[in-house]
Amino acid sequence: MGIEVNNLNAWYGDLHAIKDINLNIPKNQVTALIGPSGCGKSTFLRCLNRMHEVIEGARVKGEILVDGEDIYGSNVDPVTIRYRIGMVFQKPNPFPTMSIFDNVAAGLKLNGMRNKKKIREIVEQSLEAAGLWDEVSDRLDKNAMGLSGGQQQRLCIARTLAVNPEIVLMDEPTSALDPISTHKIEELVHRLKENYTIVIVTHNMQQAARVSDNTAFFLNGEVIEYNTTKHIFSNPSDQRTEDYITGRFG
Amino acid sequence: MNIRFGDRLFKIVAYIFGALIFILFLLMIAKLYQGSSATINQYGLSFIFNSEWSPYNDEFGAWPFIIGTVISSLLALLIAAPVSIGIAIYLVEIAPRWIRTPVSFLVELLAAIPSIVYGLWGIFVLAPFVRNHIAPIFTETLGTKIPLFAGPSYGVGLLTAGIVLAIMITPTIASISREVISTVPNSQREAAYALGATKWEMISTSVLTYARSGILGAMIIGLGRAIGETMAVTMVIGNSPEIPKSIFDPAYTMASVIANEFTEATSNLYVSALIEIGLLLFFVTIFVNVIARLLVWSVSRGTQEVK
Ligand SMILES: Nc1ncnc2c1ncn2[C@@H]1O[C@H](COP(=O)(O)OP(=O)(O)O)[C@@H](O)[C@H]1O
Ligand SMILES: [Mg+2]
Repeated sequence: MGIEVNNLNAWYGDLHAIKDINLNIPKNQVTALIGPSGCGKSTFLRCLNRMHEVIEGARVKGEILVDGEDIYGSNVDPVTIRYRIGMVFQKPNPFPTMSIFDNVAAGLKLNGMRNKKKIREIVEQSLEAAGLWDEVSDRLDKNAMGLSGGQQQRLCIARTLAVNPEIVLMDEPTSALDPISTHKIEELVHRLKENYTIVIVTHNMQQAARVSDNTAFFLNGEVIEYNTTKHIFSNPSDQRTEDYITGRFG
Repeated sequence: MNIRFGDRLFKIVAYIFGALIFILFLLMIAKLYQGSSATINQYGLSFIFNSEWSPYNDEFGAWPFIIGTVISSLLALLIAAPVSIGIAIYLVEIAPRWIRTPVSFLVELLAAIPSIVYGLWGIFVLAPFVRNHIAPIFTETLGTKIPLFAGPSYGVGLLTAGIVLAIMITPTIASISREVISTVPNSQREAAYALGATKWEMISTSVLTYARSGILGAMIIGLGRAIGETMAVTMVIGNSPEIPKSIFDPAYTMASVIANEFTEATSNLYVSALIEIGLLLFFVTIFVNVIARLLVWSVSRGTQEVK
């Protein structure tokens, strides 16, 4: 089962950033969120794993069903939600005082895993899955800041995968990277959807077209149009969507 | 043309002032060294490790003061560090905005209280309290086995000085730690949250590991303050030039002995001994501060790398 968003609203203080959004995000597919800067893509994404509310003054109203269960239900602990729904950020943010190994293991340790052998196994699997193992297997104990930007971002993806989430959210994961690193991450996204449901924010239209199965076009905190990526890019129903993807504004 | 001239003039003036500070610094060392030549010639390095201090017999050793300074300052740090770091974490990570400003202000206000006031409070409030309430807790339990906690307590002594110093350096450590913690990028906090960290786990995984060398720097700057503090310590430490055996024993610090005995120092050697203690104190504080700066600098460089 995927994610079902019902009447979602989000605020920063008085700023109404997300306005009554309804969206069904299918399982094991890649869903792209596109739209001009400041339209609420990141805010929406952060509502999906209850990261929005860690900002002072931020508020959410509405319902988000994951596997049929409302993650905003009154007896739901946001911590367990974030454990199940991983997030990769715009700028790579490895823990700078930790080694490559410890970065990937960080989430496991946070969640109480102590079995060294198991941790080692999962770290290796996660680095494999993030397509980074071959590049770092001989220097796992080295500081993570020695990696290139693209490698750091894949390290962050490995760190996210290590806690075995069902859903992976990515907020413009390649916007700080060079074309080759971007390409690697796009390939990775493509491979990952076999095991994970992926929601990716991008303001690169080509990227959305390349990696996603569905695309939602955001404008001023609202979803203007949501459909298969093919449909959105070949035959958008809304004039504003067409204007945006053809580069006439935004 | 004009701007360039102004630029150059400014540069020259800045260089002059920069050089002036450096020259002053060297002059001070030279002057102190000159003033202490009598003891340096007579005792050499053994002045530092000699624990006999009896001006009547013309016998001078700095060891009791070095020990008194080091122990009272470390005691202060031991008490102040957890409290200050707790305050800093509370202010940056937990307190709602409307509490943050007034509490930060209050903490910094503590730093503005003249040290003589702390000294008075130490004598009239803290010393009796230590003697009647704190000391018995230790002397009757741990003190029966470990000499470090044995009595009696006269009120004034190492522990009382340590507590007064702790209160005096708390604002320093807390406000520098607060600044260091607020330089931790939000992306680091989010990284931990997104892995399913609770608030406390986030603070220990992201914030404290990221800021650790800066916090260590703050602690060392606090230690530097404690080492150099004179007035309040002189009033509560008991001023006895003996090597203390228990934390309740009276002791003496380098700064206090200079302040107390300079006016009564009659012989050449006596004056020279006090000046040499001043020279030692000078080196110790410089050493401690250089280490602190290096640590704080290393953390701010770390921040840039992460960008
Ligand atoms: N931390 C914040 N505090 C206050 N307002 C914010 C914050 N983050 C974003 N906003 C505002 O919310 C709106 C949506 O922002 P965002 O979701 O970041 O847009 P996008 O990711 O599409 O560029 C913008 O108007 C932005 O200024
Ligand atoms: Mg954004």
